Amino acid sequence: MGETPHRSADAGTGGTRVTQSHEWPAGASARVAEAPVSTRSPDGSGLGGGGALPRARAFGAERAFHGLTLAAGTTVLVIIVAIAIFLIAKAIPALRANTASFWTFEGWFPNDNPPTFGIGALAFGTVLTAVLALVMAVPVAMGIALYLSHYAPRRLGNALGFLIDLLAAVPSVVFGLWGRDYLIGPVTDFSGWLNKYFGWIPIFGGDGPYGNSILLGSLVLAIMVLPIITSLTREVFLQTPTANEEAALALGATRWEMLRTAVLPYGRPGIIAAVMLGLGRALGETIALALTLGATYSISFNLLESGGNTIAANIANRFAEANDTGRGALIASGLVLFAITLIVNIIARAIIYRRREFTESAA
Amino acid sequence: MSTLTSHRTRPPAQPETLRARRLPAYAAPAIAVAALALAAAIVYGAGIGGPVLVIVLGALLYLVGLFAAANAVEGRRAARNRTWSALIHSAFVLAVLPLVSVVWTLVSKGAQRLDADFFLTSMNNIGARDPNGGAYHAIIGTLEQVGIAVLITVPLGLLCAIYIVEYGRGKFAFAIRFFVDVMTGIPSIVSGLFVLAFWVLIVSPWFNDGRPSFSGFAAALALAVLMLPTIVRSTEEMLRLVPAPLREGAYALGVPKWKTILRVVLPTALPGIVTGVMLSIARAAGETAPVLLIAGGGAAINFNPFENNQSSLSLYVYQQAGSASKYAPDRAWTAALTLVALVLILTIAAKLLARRNRLSR
Repeated sequence: MGETPHRSADAGTGGTRVTQSHEWPAGASARVAEAPVSTRSPDGSGLGGGGALPRARAFGAERAFHGLTLAAGTTVLVIIVAIAIFLIAKAIPALRANTASFWTFEGWFPNDNPPTFGIGALAFGTVLTAVLALVMAVPVAMGIALYLSHYAPRRLGNALGFLIDLLAAVPSVVFGLWGRDYLIGPVTDFSGWLNKYFGWIPIFGGDGPYGNSILLGSLVLAIMVLPIITSLTREVFLQTPTANEEAALALGATRWEMLRTAVLPYGRPGIIAAVMLGLGRALGETIALALTLGATYSISFNLLESGGNTIAANIANRFAEANDTGRGALIASGLVLFAITLIVNIIARAIIYRRREFTESAA
Repeated sequence: MSTLTSHRTRPPAQPETLRARRLPAYAAPAIAVAALALAAAIVYGAGIGGPVLVIVLGALLYLVGLFAAANAVEGRRAARNRTWSALIHSAFVLAVLPLVSVVWTLVSKGAQRLDADFFLTSMNNIGARDPNGGAYHAIIGTLEQVGIAVLITVPLGLLCAIYIVEYGRGKFAFAIRFFVDVMTGIPSIVSGLFVLAFWVLIVSPWFNDGRPSFSGFAAALALAVLMLPTIVRSTEEMLRLVPAPLREGAYALGVPKWKTILRVVLPTALPGIVTGVMLSIARAAGETAPVLLIAGGGAAINFNPFENNQSSLSLYVYQQAGSASKYAPDRAWTAALTLVALVLILTIAAKLLARRNRLSR
């Protein structure tokens, strides 16, 4: 990294180049052959001494390799910029053709003439389901992570942690299928029960039908991000220095006080990172929500009635029937999703980077 | 030691008060039984629910009762400790239930169509009333798309990580690192839309008589966009773990930097890099959204990823889930089981490889 000098760059600065003639190490033999050597006597008796570095060349392997890696690094920036440019380029014609307000209109009819579509309800649904899912998943995930790292026996904790890691790799379409085929039964019953006894609270109001609701979607989403957040926070909790934990216990802290004073503060940046990653996953989740939500286009806080929609689920549901303007409209909605996730991610990374410096210097 | 033993020989002055008073061992189960009984009485007495509500209400009453009892006997701090401990344990149980249910449903429903027919036939000419039909074309599609994506991302990701670790300095390298992190969070559907806008709608008409065409290659491009940041991050972490003396030894022998990286640094970090690549493959294989938008998803076997529609396992699951045929759910579950098996084998192999990796320990 930074400590290692640029070898070929240094080599170019030497005024007189002197080369030993004895055997070079095998790894460098190729370099010797291509290195221009100024004073090399045929019988092998050079001038000796140090500083025997080959000359830097304008088109050597070193420069080529450096340039190659630089190009690969730049590709990342190019891709990010290209995503924005191409999405904008394809979205603008559809946005021009849109006769309703893109931000406030509640509906999605881009294939009609004249086309009308609005992002408001979709963006609202995206944020609502993601936030609900995190509200349900984060406390439970942190509970499991604490259990696995500090309560369970070591071997059991490791085995279960491995299982959680595996569950984090299960594709979202499987969770979506499970939510649609299986979880919908219990959730419909539960919705009816909630509505009967807590129907006076607006979010549990309405009179059915229940089932493909925001509640079901965000529950599936919560169960999906649960293993991801758990496996990340567990790693963080396991990294707490044993000295901190033992110091807390030695001062007479109970186990919970030890967790609260030693483990949680130490892991805070990691927890924030894990939650933000889960949020990013939840915001962009497509298939699980396309299979479970009711796909309506209205802004409503009602959690129980069939309905709800998100940007990503809407793209998956409406793509097959879309014409040119329809595709453009979906791309425009994708652009909004891209912007939302980009902002969330940049904020999260900025927090983590600042926290990381802070904790490293403090430690 | 002598003072201790002398203490011990003395008759204990007040041995009971040296220890704080504790709840007897039978207290917790007793409170649990009482809470459940009370909950059952409330729920069935008022007629507001069934056994599930009894358990939920019982758990809440148990927490309250435990806190009250411990608070009275052991004091506030110990009571908090007990309550939080119970909460953490119950969080574990609460989360295990749905996850076990997912796994159980997957295995029991997925096993129904797990026959040779499923792996050897496609969905070509399979109507809504035909019980057979398989996922051969989808498996082919997944393997080819992921394979092409790996061919694109592995060299690119390795070079990018090498730049960040070995060459990059200053703001530019920091910007690349930062945006690799940001790119990790790009939703899969956005990468699908990007390839749709860029490849399918703009580039592919050039060599397809002016008509945009879906293809497996487009899906591979989208998967590559998703895999790239994961591979860069894991490779970067592995390269940073390579001990500096190894590099310095190579420099001291006169090996140029590029050769040091290729011959010394990369081989040392190789097991960790392979682990990262396998994990990202596992993630890419399960992605549905980009494939849905740009692969087209045909029902017939198509070995050519550059022409015509191709399906993939995850897309197949989604399509069968949306199909009206009564045989479709069985196919969807079996395909889901196949997909999960593929992903899990890759993940487990990667984790086992990571365990044998000497660098990361």
